[in-house]
Amino acid sequence: MEFLQNLFGFTWPAVWSLAKIIAIVGPLMIAVAYLTYAERKVIGYMQVRIGPNRVGFKGLLQPIADGLKLMMKEIIIPSGSNKFLFVLAPVLTIAPALAAWAVIPFSPELVLANVDAGLLYIMAITSMGVYGVIIAGWASNSKYAFLGSLRSAAQIVSYEIAMGFALVGVLMAAQSLNLVDIVKGQAGGVFSWYWLPLLPMFIVYLIAGVAETNRAPFDVAEGESEIVAGFHVEYSGMAFAVFFLAEYANMILIATLTALMFLGGWNPLFDFAPFTWVPGFVWLMLKVGFVLFLFLWFRATFPRYRYDQIMRLGWKVFIPVTLIWLLFVGGMMQTRYGYLFH
Amino acid sequence: MLENYFPVLLFVLIGLAVGVGPMVLGWLLAPNHPDSEKLSPYECGFEAFEDARMKFDVRYYLVAILFILFDLEIAFLFPWAIVLEEIGMFGFLAMALFLGILVVGFVYEWMKGALEWE
Repeated sequence: MEFLQNLFGFTWPAVWSLAKIIAIVGPLMIAVAYLTYAERKVIGYMQVRIGPNRVGFKGLLQPIADGLKLMMKEIIIPSGSNKFLFVLAPVLTIAPALAAWAVIPFSPELVLANVDAGLLYIMAITSMGVYGVIIAGWASNSKYAFLGSLRSAAQIVSYEIAMGFALVGVLMAAQSLNLVDIVKGQAGGVFSWYWLPLLPMFIVYLIAGVAETNRAPFDVAEGESEIVAGFHVEYSGMAFAVFFLAEYANMILIATLTALMFLGGWNPLFDFAPFTWVPGFVWLMLKVGFVLFLFLWFRATFPRYRYDQIMRLGWKVFIPVTLIWLLFVGGMMQTRYGYLFH
Repeated sequence: MLENYFPVLLFVLIGLAVGVGPMVLGWLLAPNHPDSEKLSPYECGFEAFEDARMKFDVRYYLVAILFILFDLEIAFLFPWAIVLEEIGMFGFLAMALFLGILVVGFVYEWMKGALEWE
């Protein structure tokens, strides 16, 4: 370590940060690849079939084969499109999905940038993702892509409000924007995690997370039977793969945020012996895995919502519910039962 | 404090690189034989009737405006939520008043039918 520090001189902080970033992004990209495999397997078993099982042992090389295949496919840039924006859009979609990981803590010490405004940063950076969707739809110069991007953008911003209110609930309970502090505020067993005092907000956050990532049953923007594939209908080859990666990276991000803010992060399930032996990182991964499994389960179970139903759920159900619970928690904090809520 | 944000900046750059890298790789490895039919917009096999930059429903515009209003509201709620313990009952009632005014606006737009999609 000393030797390396001398070797790089004043650039050492940058090099060291870079190494840590690669240590986060590398496993994340592998997780994204294998989430696509897990999705096909899980949905397969839910439909009483096996799922991919030919490429490699039990199909474990399937995501790699998919990646290589997409790499060899032609990237078509439609003649009427705005070429620069068309190529820029997938990059603008994946960059925020990854950059949000800069402030995600994996344990009290294991965090790249422990910034005080962590949650605010995540809110800001994940909102940037919608630009990629709008630009992709508009730059394609195709009716389906345009309609898909409008639908998708309106849906994303609608659910972002309910999500924001749910996050305000977390802030009231934790009294901090710092993600490490938020998890520390939930120390103890399963009943001191925030999902219990903020139960309506937890449910709203979970469902809004599914809608936010355009996953089934909220996938009208990509509804293949109505508008073929929505905003990325004109994309092929690697340009399509980048959109695909961004969608799954966003899924993992939302699942991790749910685990950190409502499911106690790295805190063990119960605060006594056999549970406390398991390292905190493993607990966090188990919770993220559980939320991701819920995402896949929803997709295998529910029929697609109609667009007017989606908007009604977002504006007329989720926003009032979170608003009322926000005032309820705030009011309770003024009474002597306030300790129940944080 | 501010130096904490340097890794964040670096991370944004890596995020962009993860987007650009595969695209360049795909462009290098994949075949590239464009022709006019292949590059025409996909409309389920039909020729495009009209320009894709068409008129669209005003509701999308309404949703965008409502989003700006509510996002601003959330921006006001963030600092309030963090210090709620210190500002106590008075702070809570002040925010309740603010939310009350916004709820009047929300009820108005609801009754006006701005949230209807049929």
